Amino acid sequence: MTATAGSGTRSRPGEPSASPRRRRPGLVLAGSGAALVLAVLAGVWVGALPLAPGAVVATLLDRLLGPLGIDVPGGLSGTQEAVLLELRLPRVLLAALVGGGLAVAGAAYQGVFRNPLADPYLLGAAAGAGLGATLVIAYSPVQSIGPVGIVPLAAFAGALLGVGCALVLGAVTGGSHGPTLLLAGIAVAAFLSAGQTLVQQRNTDDLREIYGWLLGQLGKAQWSDVLMVLPYLGIACGVLMLCGRALDVLAVGDDEASSLGVHPGRLRLLVIVAASLATASAVAVSGLIGFVGLVVPHIARRFVGGSNARLLPVSLLIGGAFLVLADIVARVVIAPAELPIGVVTAFVGAPFFAGLLWIGARHR
Amino acid sequence: MSRRIAEAPATGARVEVVGLSAAYGRRPVLHSVRLTVEPGGWLAIIGPNGSGKSTLLRSVLGVLHHQGQVRIDGVPTTGMPRRERARSLAYAPQIPVLPEGVTTADYVTLGRTPHRPLLAAPRAVDRRVVADVMARLGLETLADRQLATLSGGEQQRAVLARALAQQPRVLLLDEPTASLDLGHAQQVLDLVDRLRRQDGLTVVSTLHDLTLAGQYADRLALLSDGRIAAEGPPAEVLTAEALSAHYGARAQVLPGPHGPAVLPVRADDS
Repeated sequence: MTATAGSGTRSRPGEPSASPRRRRPGLVLAGSGAALVLAVLAGVWVGALPLAPGAVVATLLDRLLGPLGIDVPGGLSGTQEAVLLELRLPRVLLAALVGGGLAVAGAAYQGVFRNPLADPYLLGAAAGAGLGATLVIAYSPVQSIGPVGIVPLAAFAGALLGVGCALVLGAVTGGSHGPTLLLAGIAVAAFLSAGQTLVQQRNTDDLREIYGWLLGQLGKAQWSDVLMVLPYLGIACGVLMLCGRALDVLAVGDDEASSLGVHPGRLRLLVIVAASLATASAVAVSGLIGFVGLVVPHIARRFVGGSNARLLPVSLLIGGAFLVLADIVARVVIAPAELPIGVVTAFVGAPFFAGLLWIGARHR
Repeated sequence: MSRRIAEAPATGARVEVVGLSAAYGRRPVLHSVRLTVEPGGWLAIIGPNGSGKSTLLRSVLGVLHHQGQVRIDGVPTTGMPRRERARSLAYAPQIPVLPEGVTTADYVTLGRTPHRPLLAAPRAVDRRVVADVMARLGLETLADRQLATLSGGEQQRAVLARALAQQPRVLLLDEPTASLDLGHAQQVLDLVDRLRRQDGLTVVSTLHDLTLAGQYADRLALLSDGRIAAEGPPAEVLTAEALSAHYGARAQVLPGPHGPAVLPVRADDS
């Protein structure tokens, strides 16, 4: 492959893709995909009412192939099928979507700010969503507008508003440079959080509901939630995947990226807007689930290295699998009650991540 | 003898800088600088700290707002699409940002960015150019190493390789020897000189080490307070008087076989 025109060149063994010290990216991608599928299946099987794995697969195949006139025998009974299709499946799929979206957004934020501590909530998305949700829980006379719940709407709008304020403040104070924008985001987040705390403090009757939302929840997941976030998450994640290679160029610094033909300011804005859209849609249907957006990209980096082109798709898949597994834990540990999913992600994720760091340090 | 990069249009371009002024905020840094570098020439920009060397280089690169014009073979770079400009000008900054968890080969491949669609994976021709550049710079065995694990000299070669993978016509180097000891500094400058002679590349670099500048560049431009104080062959620019006037330095300038050498002279205790 490296045979070239010109004198003196010969084929060389050092092809970038054939690295002995790095696992093949395609293999990692396939492995992460398999992990996600297994996690989803496990998420469907496990619960207060155990469902037989074989029967679950048969039922799903029957449903999928039914319109084609193919019947798959051995499915679940009526009640079991209802549990599967109306409770388990939307919940597990929503967990996968939210986890994947948060992880990709986190990886994108880390790439765009060249900062490993960046997470999707950094620029005011969480604080804005928190304020929006708290306001409508405390003051809204209606529960929904049409088929859409008022809390997801307010959270979505609040998240985008928070990031929008940070972007405007960052642009006014220091142009498109990363550090200024980060500080602007911190200022906006602090301001909105203060507002949220104030509203919460004056409406102690609603405290329980507000806390429940803040800690993240997937228990009320419905198909309508899945369908509501799917387009936004799909577009946002699609844009971010396409930006992976450009983000790799941005990683060498603004001047050098410019000298390589990339517009750092435009790229940064596009990536931040897409990542914030993914974050806002995830937050709208699940509340504030921490840790996924910060840690999953680091887990993915252990497998594929620092290249964003490889990191973003793998983060999507691992993030989805991670949140589905965390949700299983949330349902099982104190069954029939449930733990808040945000508590589980940190409780499971933190030791797991510490372990990865420890193993990484020993192998360096 | 010379090993050309595959598909390289590697001939140097004439670089003209006309009436270039730049400022940081309200503080002017460069005052209508005028310079010409012939194709295949090596111009070293020298001058005391804060005289505007890096600013001049980054203005030529087009990443700083400035007045005046920069022309590549007579074509003004203002209004030139960024990707097109990136196929003519390659840049290595004084302190390169080396991304974490990225291998040398992947890093050098970034140099192909202006030649391929931004969303697409590297093509066969990109991999070929990268392999070729890495072989020329002796980086083959380091292809799969993480950048952070390379030595300073190896990192500097990787940055050069990334710039060369751009197949540029002009190489802009900001203090290419800043973090290197004397031996490694000489190795890098020898390498740049060899690449320049083999491919006919035009080189514009800042160099704070005056002796190295005098030995390697074929022309020097002495920048002082944002103005060109002297420009010409090293022996004409590097004089004891100029060093005293613009650097406030006491030094002897000794003639050498490849150019003048600067010997600092300690003040007498009195």
